[in-house]
Amino acid sequence: MNHDLILQLGLIILLAPLLSFVVNVFFGHRLQRRSGWVGTAILGIEVVLAAIVAFGKLALNGDLPTVQTTYEWFVVGHYQVKIGYGIDNIAAIMLLVVTVISFLVHLFSTIYMEGDRRYPKFYAFLGLFTFSMLGIVLANNFLMMYVFWELVGISSYSLIGFWYEKDSASNAGKKAFITNRIGDLGFLTGILILFATYGSFMFDDIYAGIASGALPFASPAMLTLAGVGVFMGAMGKSAQWPLHVWLPDAMEGPTPVSALIHAATMVAAGVYLITKVFFMFTADALTVIASIGTITAFVSATIAITQVDFKKVLAYSTVSQLGFMVMALGTGGYTNGFFHLVTHAWFKAALFLAAGSVIHALHHAMHQLHDHHSDPQDINNMGGLRKTMPWTYRTFLFVTLALAGIPLTSGFLSKDGILAGTLAWAHLAGGWHWIVPVMAFSAAGMTAFYMFRLTIIAFHGEPKTPIAARTHENKLPIVLPLVVLSLLTFWFVYSPNPIDASSGWFHQRVVQPQTAVPAAYQWDFLIAADGHGSNALQHATHHFHTLAMILSLLIAGSGIALAFIIYQYKLVSADKLAQRFRRLHTFSYNKWYFDELYQATVIAFVMGTSKAMAWFDNVVVDGIVNLSAAFTRLAGKITGIFDHVVIDGLVNLIARLTGIFGAGLRKVQTGRIQSYIVFVLLGLLVLFYFFV
Amino acid sequence: MNFPILTWITFLPLLGMLIILLIPSGKDEKGQELSKTIIRWIAAGVTFIQLILALVIFFNYNKGLTGVNDPASFQFVEKISWINAELPMIGNIRIEYFLGLDGLSVPMVLLTAIISFLAIFPSFGINKAVKGYFAMYLLLDLGMMGVFLALDFFLFYIFWELMLLPMYFLIGIWGGPRKEYAAIKFFIYTLVGSVVMLLVMIGLYHSTGTFNIIEMMDQGRFLPDSIFGGSGTTLRYVAFMGLFIGFAIKVPVFPFHTWLPDAHVEAPTPISVILAGVLLKMGAYGMLRIAFPIFPDAFAYFQTLIAWIGMVSIVYGALCALGQHKVGKRDFKKLIAYSSVSHMGLVILGLASMRPEGVTGAIFQMFNHGIITAMLFMIVGVIYDRAHTRGLDDFGGLARKMPVYTGIMTIAFFAAIGLPGMSGFISEVLVFLGAFKAYPVLTVVSGLSIILGAGYMLWALQKIFFGQLPEKWQGPWDPTGKLYKTDDVNLREMVALIPLGILVIFLGVYPNPVLHLMTGSVNSFIELMKPVLN
Repeated sequence: MNHDLILQLGLIILLAPLLSFVVNVFFGHRLQRRSGWVGTAILGIEVVLAAIVAFGKLALNGDLPTVQTTYEWFVVGHYQVKIGYGIDNIAAIMLLVVTVISFLVHLFSTIYMEGDRRYPKFYAFLGLFTFSMLGIVLANNFLMMYVFWELVGISSYSLIGFWYEKDSASNAGKKAFITNRIGDLGFLTGILILFATYGSFMFDDIYAGIASGALPFASPAMLTLAGVGVFMGAMGKSAQWPLHVWLPDAMEGPTPVSALIHAATMVAAGVYLITKVFFMFTADALTVIASIGTITAFVSATIAITQVDFKKVLAYSTVSQLGFMVMALGTGGYTNGFFHLVTHAWFKAALFLAAGSVIHALHHAMHQLHDHHSDPQDINNMGGLRKTMPWTYRTFLFVTLALAGIPLTSGFLSKDGILAGTLAWAHLAGGWHWIVPVMAFSAAGMTAFYMFRLTIIAFHGEPKTPIAARTHENKLPIVLPLVVLSLLTFWFVYSPNPIDASSGWFHQRVVQPQTAVPAAYQWDFLIAADGHGSNALQHATHHFHTLAMILSLLIAGSGIALAFIIYQYKLVSADKLAQRFRRLHTFSYNKWYFDELYQATVIAFVMGTSKAMAWFDNVVVDGIVNLSAAFTRLAGKITGIFDHVVIDGLVNLIARLTGIFGAGLRKVQTGRIQSYIVFVLLGLLVLFYFFV
Repeated sequence: MNFPILTWITFLPLLGMLIILLIPSGKDEKGQELSKTIIRWIAAGVTFIQLILALVIFFNYNKGLTGVNDPASFQFVEKISWINAELPMIGNIRIEYFLGLDGLSVPMVLLTAIISFLAIFPSFGINKAVKGYFAMYLLLDLGMMGVFLALDFFLFYIFWELMLLPMYFLIGIWGGPRKEYAAIKFFIYTLVGSVVMLLVMIGLYHSTGTFNIIEMMDQGRFLPDSIFGGSGTTLRYVAFMGLFIGFAIKVPVFPFHTWLPDAHVEAPTPISVILAGVLLKMGAYGMLRIAFPIFPDAFAYFQTLIAWIGMVSIVYGALCALGQHKVGKRDFKKLIAYSSVSHMGLVILGLASMRPEGVTGAIFQMFNHGIITAMLFMIVGVIYDRAHTRGLDDFGGLARKMPVYTGIMTIAFFAAIGLPGMSGFISEVLVFLGAFKAYPVLTVVSGLSIILGAGYMLWALQKIFFGQLPEKWQGPWDPTGKLYKTDDVNLREMVALIPLGILVIFLGVYPNPVLHLMTGSVNSFIELMKPVLN
């Protein structure tokens, strides 16, 4: 298959969901129920096209670098701003992941969202989201990445707040968007540093620029800063600690949205971004990435243990798994990090859609029982769903095994790779770096525990409420996606060997790129010895593979066993445990009080400052203006008084004096002829006196 | 081309104004005021022809010619001697009627024509003294157009002052409860700037012997022993700062901005639209056309200060907008007014960077801000006309009542927070790209506005559209059905809003039509400024 065909198909794949958006926005009210089918049909075609492209790239052109094209977008000064898109191996895989999950979610929603008054809008936003996400996948430059990055943010905002009548929903949407923007400021800063240095947004140009030895502001610290900046963008989208708080709240959105956006694809965008620009991270930047990923994986696993909301457990599990991926990339495990992204996408989408199936069934049952108060997402309202919803249960159980990292699943392959990678990395880097694998393994153990806690409470035992007893298995458009996603979670999709993926097609096709960073600022074990072969870290990872497998199986097994002991066989009372470790339990149940902490610090500070500024503006700045106006008026008044009293007074004084003088003189004018004769004679006498 | 298109585009409103003034007011047999409708449509017709002329200019504009300081490459030039007198003591006064276009002014002329035409439609809602209103409106239009076209400083000054008067009356007569205060505040603020400008203009005339702006840019023309002669002298710095502050008041930048929230809050909807859409751009345009290129040495001296002023305006404006939900009456218009301070701060930052990306971004941001803010004010006008309140707390859940309106509003809001795919994004990014090269730290701090901007805009969006509809708005807006037949936006409002929305998205995806206009001129502008920059 030639390159032009791949690129043309790529463009069609990118634009078709936009068509779905436009059609549903403008004609949705006429299409009504059919709008769902329009969207689903378009996505169905997308899947076929994506499969062709993936085959064309991976199977036929697998060894080639990115198949890409660039266009001039606009001209500024003497500079042409270029954009473009490209398909490399990871993009080809992502295309398939995004289109397939989006298609399944479209299909699932035809039942799940049935009867919603804004049904066409829902499909419009799904289309917009798919378009934006595919834009991220296909971008071969930072500018386009940033453009679609924001568009994904806005479609996520719209979908989280889809049921905007609820304040909690619109608040969650706002929180997600603003938290993401904090990351985006870092992302933008990173892009600005790179653009100012290398004069281009293109990944290839930046690669060449860094590889040529030119550093931003001639400082390796600035290259690290650029890397950390870009990573901040990823932290926002991929809900990494400390920006993770928006993702659990995002569960306010309809459950298919949670599956598509907040489990499988959008939140993976951050990880995808790190993978895409992996070449530019210095050793310091990678350490930051590894630390953040590890903390995220650990912290959110501890929170997931005590949550009682079905979707919240899954949400924290998502955050934790995203932490695993970021940690993998930070510890140099390029292939395994991306591998986990892909395997996780399938099984986490399945988990969420299964959650949707359960919630939908409970809703129905509540409707039948005229119950409007119970919470259909509270796992304590469930129980016994194993019997009423057998297909949902089977698929859920299987993908839970994958998440827990049990062999024969894809999750085992990818998680095992990551854990081995952390061991190898700690071994090579030494010292305190050993904290990373320790935390990673304990997070893996907790994952197994909380997932089986969830499974047992929700599906096993007897129904805890009448509604749970009245549930039924859902229709085919809901069950089918579960089955498909479960099938994609089997090991054989990636590798013929169920315990080692390195011989499978995935690891053959997703090969760690050469780092562009000068050797002085990069881990020596990440630099391939002969320029093309594998590096020291990969060798060590291979070496630690068996140890990691044994350890992770032991830990996951004990986690599962513990869950069974506590929740299935009730040998230890969960309530008593919670009582015993009340402080820990409360701390975990309240999510480490991150929301409260941010409320009390960052938000309070910003709000306080803004309030102070608004006050300052109103009172001080405007006050000075009004004061100066008042002074002017006062000065006017004073001059007015001066004018009135002094100037005018002088004039009046003269007038009055003249008047007085006149009045005095008037006395003389008696009108009697005798007096005048006397005056004339007196005058004559005076004249005589002077002149004679 | 012999057709004096620039004179026509400038003075056509005067013609319209005369016709309007000649129309007798009176009522027909049914007691309906006939003249109102006629006057409105005449104003619409005149501004429409103006828009057509602007489009003719747009399509005939030669993008290869640069203008700026080269008199030969200005386009559509009209130059005749206007005042030529020998005066005692002062000497020979030569003032020219000199109009012309280059890449710095073409986008502004286009913007003025678009906004002047579209703001006519919300003006249809004005019922008080219609004749006077539209006469003033057209006079304002004339003044604005003239400012962007004049290449003679004296002529520029006349247009600048000419625009002031109708604006004063438009706010002071047709405004809200505190209209007198707001009008006089606006007037005095601008006048302060004008006085300084007048003094500098006279000084420049003495130093160069001309009022011709282009000739003033030629530093060789300055007489060595004149007040503004030489380079880097204190007097030149003072003169530059005087001009800068005069223009900065208009932009407005911190701390000269407080007239803006008051003027916006009190002005009627269409006047807010013009104020934000066009008037604010005159300040930045003045810097670009006059202050910077005539005093490049002083610009270099104050460059960092100007960048700081830009940064402070950006962050301060955004914080004040965000703070609106804590203090005051939570007025929707005030929120947008402060967001204007923030967004115009980006223009100042872009200009201060004096990089091609930054300056292009600044001019494009002027254009985009004009379009987007015009949209926002029209949108406020729509609910204000219906609900007679702009209090953000008075609403909620409007999305269900007015879905089309919500759609349009969403476009405007997202454009205002710089969402990609909308024109505001491109100008913001360009400003950041340029500014980062010159002032990396200031730029990153300014970047805080993308977070704060999302904060206040999404908050306002949520307040108005999401949640539950308050009890009092449950019924139709207008139960009689006379004024508003449906609850959603009506045709007249859509006619004004939809073209702006389309423009925002079109330029967001394909900004070249506007960027190409300015590329050449920006390059030669930078060339002109470069020698003095380090």
